Amino acid sequence: MACQGLQKGETLASLKTESDGLKKKLEVERGKLNDVELHQVAEKTEVLGALSIKTRRVLKGHGAKVLCMDWCKDKRRLVSSSQVRTSTDLWTREHGVSLPCTWVMACAYAPSGCAVACGGLDNKCSVIPLSLDKDENLAAKKKSVAMHTNYVSGCTFTNSDMQMLTSSGDGTCALWDVESGQLLQSFHGHTADVLSLDLAPSETGNTFVSGGCDRKANVWDMRSGQNIQSFESHESDINCVKYYPSGDAFASASDDATCRFYDLRADREVAVYQKDSIVFGASTVDFSLSGRLLFAGYNDYTINAWDVLKGNRVSILFGHENRVSRVKLSPDGTAICSASWDNTLRIWA
Amino acid sequence: MTINTLAKGGWHRDQMACFRKMEKVIVAMQDPDMGMKMRNQRLLITVIPHAMTGRDVINWLMQKYNMCEEEALHLGGMLVRYGYIYPLKEPRSLVLRADESPYRFQTPYFWTSTRWPATELDYAIYLAKKNIRKQGELMEYEKERYSVLHKRINHTWDFVVMQAREQLRASKQRRKADRIVLECQEQAYWLINRPPVSLTLSTFRIYFIAHFVCVCVCVCTFCLCLQIEFCRRALGRNRVKSSICLEGFVKYSEQYLSHDPIMQGCLPSNPWISDDTAHWTMNTEVVPIPSRLRVERWSFSFMELLNDAMGRREFMTYLEKEFSAENLCFWQACEDIRHGENSRIVEKVEEVYKNFLAPGAARWVNIDSKTMDKTLKGIQHPHRFVMDDAQMHIYFLMKKDSFPRYLKSDLYKNMLAKAIVPQEVKKSVFPFMRRQRHSSPSPAQAVAQASEEEGRA
Repeated sequence: MACQGLQKGETLASLKTESDGLKKKLEVERGKLNDVELHQVAEKTEVLGALSIKTRRVLKGHGAKVLCMDWCKDKRRLVSSSQVRTSTDLWTREHGVSLPCTWVMACAYAPSGCAVACGGLDNKCSVIPLSLDKDENLAAKKKSVAMHTNYVSGCTFTNSDMQMLTSSGDGTCALWDVESGQLLQSFHGHTADVLSLDLAPSETGNTFVSGGCDRKANVWDMRSGQNIQSFESHESDINCVKYYPSGDAFASASDDATCRFYDLRADREVAVYQKDSIVFGASTVDFSLSGRLLFAGYNDYTINAWDVLKGNRVSILFGHENRVSRVKLSPDGTAICSASWDNTLRIWA
Repeated sequence: MTINTLAKGGWHRDQMACFRKMEKVIVAMQDPDMGMKMRNQRLLITVIPHAMTGRDVINWLMQKYNMCEEEALHLGGMLVRYGYIYPLKEPRSLVLRADESPYRFQTPYFWTSTRWPATELDYAIYLAKKNIRKQGELMEYEKERYSVLHKRINHTWDFVVMQAREQLRASKQRRKADRIVLECQEQAYWLINRPPVSLTLSTFRIYFIAHFVCVCVCVCTFCLCLQIEFCRRALGRNRVKSSICLEGFVKYSEQYLSHDPIMQGCLPSNPWISDDTAHWTMNTEVVPIPSRLRVERWSFSFMELLNDAMGRREFMTYLEKEFSAENLCFWQACEDIRHGENSRIVEKVEEVYKNFLAPGAARWVNIDSKTMDKTLKGIQHPHRFVMDDAQMHIYFLMKKDSFPRYLKSDLYKNMLAKAIVPQEVKKSVFPFMRRQRHSSPSPAQAVAQASEEEGRA
């Protein structure tokens, strides 16, 4: 880090002016290669017909708001949290064991399917190995991996069970070694709570994006800890960020009731998904397998499906009776799972 | 929106943004030209002016925002829940009915956003007024709260009673119609802001209070320095023309369209819709004959091939024929270092050096001398990313050279020809005949079994 406090001749005000000036210059640079808009390019694609997506399963059994969920790679199990419910087999509705913890805001399934990670208001993110014995005391096997100085808002395993990325209300993201609990890298740059993160599906697998209450979405290099790209066009907190399947773009959902699409190679925002009649904030997004559809869950209890390329809303899914907190595509793209504050999970297909 | 409690300022931005938007809708509804047509409604023996029916509200929303009835009902319902429109007939039922039920706009004075937060004192005065006006008019939950408040703010109780009396006196001087309207408005306000516990809106209120965020943008030196550094780096960044990038998205979506079950369905059927797991059985990780879509997908990109276990195996077979299998093995070993446990990095790096990089190694990989030198130097102080450059070199070698040739090879072409295209199976004609749903072994079980077998061997 280059600067250590104010240099000679600098004041806070002068730094601020310099920062603002550079930001403006950056906007100009970004605009230079902007020769066409997304909806123009998308004119030649076919208009999407009405989708017939319905609720196919409703999973009750949580005694509290469901704040987060994640699919297992076997495409039919998932972990869901407020209290942690491990490996609920959606197909047969078999419940795995549940852990009596409250306000678990983030949970994730390990790639091997043998463990789950969970974290929240305890400022930690812990890993729980899944066992076959239903009566086993899971709480005892819980292992603390990540330690933050504020709540943990998001967690995900990287390509293996051995490393974990977390985002926190303390404004940072961090990469951890699961086995030893060692902090491998920390990521500074957000100026407020970080609410969400997503790993890039790229060949080199080295970057991830995070979104926070400072309205910024930042792209980070996992190896060096550097902030590679930053986007600040939302008008309110960014609740969720998700990569486009090819890894060349990502979408964000925000309290300003819009979802936005950012192109990483062109380094700018290329689409805004909004409507006058959509009044409530969007809390979660996910793409369909081809990236043509964007599913967004809102605080008015609905899920809207947007045509990513043309920018119009294709479908609206009713069913939940309270805020939709998370929406996630199954690993093979056959279904969308939504978690809600109405204590249920729904599968849509 | 975060869970942190308020630091300073008391500004709950996420909720306020919603309120502003809803208020925009409400203002549009009351526009003299394009707004709703209002009429007088009878309530018992009094006539309430400027009221509308639920049906009117829905029709107006449908027309203005070009939406279907279900969505209009939903949005209208939200306007009622948050107190912008209140029902006249059943004030405690905060629901929008699509019929002749009368509703009225809440006056901006009583909007939740205007009078935030609703104070205990005001609530006490309201309850006191109700109590004085008609003894026993308070509902059970209101009686409970009244006594709780009486205890809690007992020191100002004289003030509360005095205010209540004063307000009642002032209201007696109004015309009856106006008085009723004001009472309705006030009642509606308190139903929203102090609902009986059973209403779901109460949970909204609790979290409403909790979800504050520190608005102050960090202006400390550290953050500004980071920002400046970032901008400087970003200015020098290479960007790609929009037209090229955006074409990329269109092409990607087209290419994967037939693979997207939500958009085009999947064969034989989507298990979640038809209750038939055939699709999953046909597409398990290792299967004697893969499906055509799956084999086609291997050709989309090198990453797709490597991400599929079967694809990777096929590619390895091909490379073995070409005597370059060590490349893929090396790449896999490097991945293992990058994503593996911290504690085993040193030993793994040793292994890789011995097998792939040392002069005369059994499976020596062909890396350019510059990268080799850099890697060998790095190995002396091994860390997680020490193999990155070498790994990248080999990856791109395979991608640019072996991968295209594999796609042209007989091995791939035969696989593609053999691949199954399952028949589409429509949902069962007899929907009430539910198929048996069988549980599958959990991944944890599979690992346990494997290690058990290993132990025995």
